[in-house]
Amino acid sequence: MSDKKYSKKHEWVELDGDIATIGITKHATEQLGDIVFTEVPDAGKAFEAGGEAAVVESVKAASDVYSPISGEVTENNQAIVSDPSLVNQDPEGNGWFFKVKVTNADQINELMTKDEYDKFLTESA
Amino acid sequence: MCPTEGAKISQVQSTDGQKNRVYMNEAAINITELKTALYSFHVEHGGKMVPFAGYQMPVQYPEGIVKEHQHVRNAAGIFDVSHMGQFSIYGTESDYLPLEKIVPIDLKSLKINQSKYSVLMNKEGGIDDDLIVTKVEGGLNIVLNAACKHHDVSRIHEVIDAEKTKLHDDLSLIALQGPKAVEILNGLMPGVQDLVFMNGASFKFKGTDIYVTRSGYTGEDGFEVSINNSLAEEFCKTLLNNNNVKMIGLGARDSLRLEAGLCLYGHDLDNKTSPIEASLSWALSKKNKEEGNFLGSEVVGEQIKNGASKKRVGIKPEKIIAREGSKIFKDNKEIGVVTSGGFGPSVGGPVAMGYVLKEFSNEGESLELEVRGKRHEAVVYKMPFYKKSYVK
Repeated sequence: MSDKKYSKKHEWVELDGDIATIGITKHATEQLGDIVFTEVPDAGKAFEAGGEAAVVESVKAASDVYSPISGEVTENNQAIVSDPSLVNQDPEGNGWFFKVKVTNADQINELMTKDEYDKFLTESA
Repeated sequence: MCPTEGAKISQVQSTDGQKNRVYMNEAAINITELKTALYSFHVEHGGKMVPFAGYQMPVQYPEGIVKEHQHVRNAAGIFDVSHMGQFSIYGTESDYLPLEKIVPIDLKSLKINQSKYSVLMNKEGGIDDDLIVTKVEGGLNIVLNAACKHHDVSRIHEVIDAEKTKLHDDLSLIALQGPKAVEILNGLMPGVQDLVFMNGASFKFKGTDIYVTRSGYTGEDGFEVSINNSLAEEFCKTLLNNNNVKMIGLGARDSLRLEAGLCLYGHDLDNKTSPIEASLSWALSKKNKEEGNFLGSEVVGEQIKNGASKKRVGIKPEKIIAREGSKIFKDNKEIGVVTSGGFGPSVGGPVAMGYVLKEFSNEGESLELEVRGKRHEAVVYKMPFYKKSYVK
């Protein structure tokens, strides 16, 4: 899917109607290494854009996952809770973290396209 | 004093811009950091180099920490531990016996080529470093933690004539660890298979003397090889000719030692913690404990008699990974802190160690660990977390 949008904090968002699916980018998983633990938010929890929403831990460190968009959680991915390595295997597909019902769909325009994100990675490397 | 050993392992790979939960010093390669003789070799093998105890060391290779960890548990891995201090005291008993004043081991009863783990004491009863002493022909060899070594040497010089000592910068220290280590190393140096755990001997590699001890920091069988810098790379290359051998970084070294219940100085031990609190009473000789003739022995003696108020224990969290610094609670009362914690690949779950008040230190005691503001179930667990069935 090419209509994913990307944040500077290495999350991706894919909008379908008013439901956004959120996960972490392939680059993020490569930086983290072997992912061994994830914590995802319960349905009903609401976030502002940029709020701490989930946790991902590799062998070495724990990192927060922020919601790049405001909304209320409708669903979380229990598959990555029972098998965190799924995030390494398929970060931008089956390794998604949670879905939110967005409160302001326009926020997605503030995020980067795939090309912009790739450029951002090159520049910040 | 002695800075934190390994302070930076835990945060080197946090995603850019994401807040890291492991509060450590900023990692930044700077030009004052030293390189071991194997630096280029690590880079050629894809080692991700990070600052560690003043050196640039490989935290991992391309396969990653979990695979490296499992490889050591199943086959054999090479660790470059040349950043550690290799120190010698030359002379006879009368020259080195004063070391017992600060390192409480019974040097007279130590046999030639025998190694002992012990601690460098300070006058408050705290631990300035943990170390391994080997008695050899002509004196003692001591392996010191990298971040502590210069401080340790100045401490040792308070009791030993500096003229009779040397901190070797011409030697590398290479560990080969894992169940296949013995077969592999014996193929290269026949006879190493006869070494007993915590014993060493001299062998030859390419016609040059090297000193090999059967020891390690992984909970596996294995060896540590002290070898001239000029031969270090060739030695590793020769070992790597065997398909069962891989290079292993500091990340896996940390998860392996944690599963084995071994302490990391600067985290699980420090200069304010006594060996009794650290559950290292076994590292002090019976003779020294009875005679109470070493620095800090009043504190240690009092704690042996009446018990220390806190104790280092293994902690098995039920589900959550509790890192260093996580607070430990019992019935809403704060009773301790985690000093090492992470994911144990061979355990298949989180493991930790930390200090708790004595009354909560019994095996099976249920505790709560505070992680990200929430309390999570855990239990005091008898270490090691990963039990090896050694072939003897």
